[in-house]
Amino acid sequence: MEFLRKSLDKAKHNFEKGGKLEKYYYAFEALETFLFAPNTTTGKKGAQIRDAVDLKRLMMTVIIAMVPCLLFGMWNVGHQHFLALGQAASFADKFWIGLLKTVPIIVVSYGVGLGIEFVFAILRKHPVNEGYLVTGMLIPLIMPADIPLWQVAVATAFAVIIGKEAFGGTGMNVVNIALTARAFLYFAYPTDISGEVWTYIPDKTAVVAGYSGATPLAVAASAIETKANVVSQFNQFGATWGAEGIYSFSSLFLGTQPGCIGETSTLMCLIGAFILVVTGVGSWRIIAGVFGGAYVMGLVLNLIPGGNAFMQMPAYYHLVIGGLAFGAVFMATDPVTATQTETGKWFYGILIGVLTVLIRVFNPAYPEGIMLAILLMNVFAPLIDYFVVSANKKRRLQRATV
Amino acid sequence: MGKFIREKRGFTIKLAGKAAATIKEPEMPETVALKPTDFQGLYLAKALVKEGDAVKAGTPLFHDKRQEAVLFTSPVSGEVVEVKRGEKRKLLEIKVLADRQVEYEAFKKYSVSDIMAMNATEAKEQLMRSGVWTNLVQRPFGIVADPAATPKAIHISAFDTHPLAPDYNILFKGQEAHFQAGIEVLKKLTSGAVHVNVHNAHEIPGTFSQAKGVELNKFAGTHPIGCVGVQIHHIDPINKGDIVWTINPAGVIQIGKLFLNGVYDATRLIAVTGSEVKNPQYYKTVTGASVKRMLENNLHSDHVRVISGNVLTGENIGREGHLGFFDHQLTVLPEGDHHEFLGWIKPAGDRKPSFSRAIGLLNFLSPNKEYKVDTNTHGEPRAFVQSGVFEKVTPMDILPTHLLKSILAQDIDEMEALGIYEVIEEDLALCEFVDVSKHNVQEIIREGIELIRES
Repeated sequence: MEFLRKSLDKAKHNFEKGGKLEKYYYAFEALETFLFAPNTTTGKKGAQIRDAVDLKRLMMTVIIAMVPCLLFGMWNVGHQHFLALGQAASFADKFWIGLLKTVPIIVVSYGVGLGIEFVFAILRKHPVNEGYLVTGMLIPLIMPADIPLWQVAVATAFAVIIGKEAFGGTGMNVVNIALTARAFLYFAYPTDISGEVWTYIPDKTAVVAGYSGATPLAVAASAIETKANVVSQFNQFGATWGAEGIYSFSSLFLGTQPGCIGETSTLMCLIGAFILVVTGVGSWRIIAGVFGGAYVMGLVLNLIPGGNAFMQMPAYYHLVIGGLAFGAVFMATDPVTATQTETGKWFYGILIGVLTVLIRVFNPAYPEGIMLAILLMNVFAPLIDYFVVSANKKRRLQRATV
Repeated sequence: MGKFIREKRGFTIKLAGKAAATIKEPEMPETVALKPTDFQGLYLAKALVKEGDAVKAGTPLFHDKRQEAVLFTSPVSGEVVEVKRGEKRKLLEIKVLADRQVEYEAFKKYSVSDIMAMNATEAKEQLMRSGVWTNLVQRPFGIVADPAATPKAIHISAFDTHPLAPDYNILFKGQEAHFQAGIEVLKKLTSGAVHVNVHNAHEIPGTFSQAKGVELNKFAGTHPIGCVGVQIHHIDPINKGDIVWTINPAGVIQIGKLFLNGVYDATRLIAVTGSEVKNPQYYKTVTGASVKRMLENNLHSDHVRVISGNVLTGENIGREGHLGFFDHQLTVLPEGDHHEFLGWIKPAGDRKPSFSRAIGLLNFLSPNKEYKVDTNTHGEPRAFVQSGVFEKVTPMDILPTHLLKSILAQDIDEMEALGIYEVIEEDLALCEFVDVSKHNVQEIIREGIELIRES
């Protein structure tokens, strides 16, 4: 450590004002503060001590909360791959395939995103912010395993530049950056990110006879046409190609279904939610709001007489299919793009849940509603805050007149 | 009947180095200083003495050019040894070399019945001339009270919840008569009530519980419930156009002594605290005393920060500095100017206090531990990212994040609507401590107040 510290101190003057690498000061500073917490002390007047927490630690907490989803996702990529091929495989084999498919996406996401962050930090002379540590992990987790890496790079670049830096960097963005990347892909390259793209099937490889890569959401949406009972469709799914019970409620909850790398397991998301809530880093109000809103909306749709098959699906299924849990726990709770007031967080969460179910059920063209619901509510979050803040101001005014 | 208010929001920072309940009476400090910078809202402090002048306790040292009747007087008798000025000849500090035996300026002496019969004009005149007036702080803005104003109430916080705060049971023991006389004087200055606010769970000093003619309000909760601004918010909030005064019990007692004894008596007890002090205990000294003698052979190490006041709102005065006018506490902490390898993720366990429970911070598991904390900022300034934390340590119906943002945007209407009139620095000092993005919250609040005063 001593050696590292000494070499940093030795190199530092080059980057300081007047040094020959002055331009790159913030890149150096980012590296230095990553290795060593800075030696800055509190000011002359005011708080003389500061809390041990900082933004880096906060962001690391979120990343650690995502690890269960990531590990399960890696295994599931392999699991789905061998299911589709109709081959038996060991745990290690499955995990290995997942590792091979996932790690490059993570590397590309961090490489491109952090690269852009550093360039902007140098150009605009501000410190490198920690926000991307989380975004860089979120992006791979909401990609299909088989996505072309160049698309990951393009989407990441778009999201970081247009979604964040154009607004002034971390803390200033309006919409969630990871979801911006996903939305960009969806609208720019729809064929690569919708339909039966979720399972990694190498070219020229024969899938097992009768194979279907339809996601539960697609199965449910197609039930609208066929007027079949969604739950029995789920329970029958996979029977023809040796993957019986793949969409049973318990499998869906556990996450052994095709989907984005990290979003399939409700159980793992709940473990993440537990970490976020216990550490106080994620808002439990938002998480509870999304789950509650989706469930209640599902119940309301159940009650409508003569509704289609998807509307008749038991409400609790909404909580385990698609990316609802992942979105609720990791996307909706992004403190920058969510509402800033505690009361507002309830409205924000509940509306995301409600909208997700509405989009799923009434817009079968794009069955996954959580992404659009969160992006939409990101845009409306300031409006919700506006009402909450206005109420606070009003209380103060009323007090004055009585 | 007073009110009873219970609050759950807030956070107690437990630090090592609490003052033992013993009182040391050292000889007079060598020097005593009065600093115009301790008082907010002065237009231009003008010195009334020059170096070499002999002064008594109660002799004017300076006044504000826009409010010449309010005098800031010497706490002790002696010789003016330094009139310290900063940029643009701004008056920073007037230092007096203290006599061994204090000589007092003579002010008019009153009996208890005289005090009852006296009118407000006469009271104000004596208060302003003697220098005791400067104990009165005006809300909004936390400035020296304006003698022309009549406040709607006067609030006295009779307990201190800051980290390592002195125990008011020790500080104001046996001062019943002086406190009561002070209250009688204060009652003449306001159109409303004089509120004495005590903590429900603490032992209430007789000085306060026996006070007559006051509203005795009880509070339950943790810091910042001891901040008078928070108390006012719950008892009788400040709206636009309202004027409220606040005063520390020490000031009330000083008023009592002025009227009963006819002197400006600046003696006070202070708590010398902090993990770097060998014998943390109480000291009998005077307002603005030099801290040099209190710290001689009394420190564990050399690399320390000496803070007049507490760790949340205090000021770094250095080892030879002087106590602030309003401070009853001296805190000595280790300096934190060191790098920490991977400090941003290294598990801190319960070595560092934190309001957060983010990964590696486990001190919420040991709630009674007393911490040795240094002055490191533990991170660099960032944009506002986390939300909802300020609200948890602000026991008021105020949205601190929105208020701070409105100040940064210099939006005066918005600041007003969001409650700038109700807060001063100390009320939101905990926000500065807990802030993940390391903003200087108190500095921002003062900027906002200055903006509003100028508008």
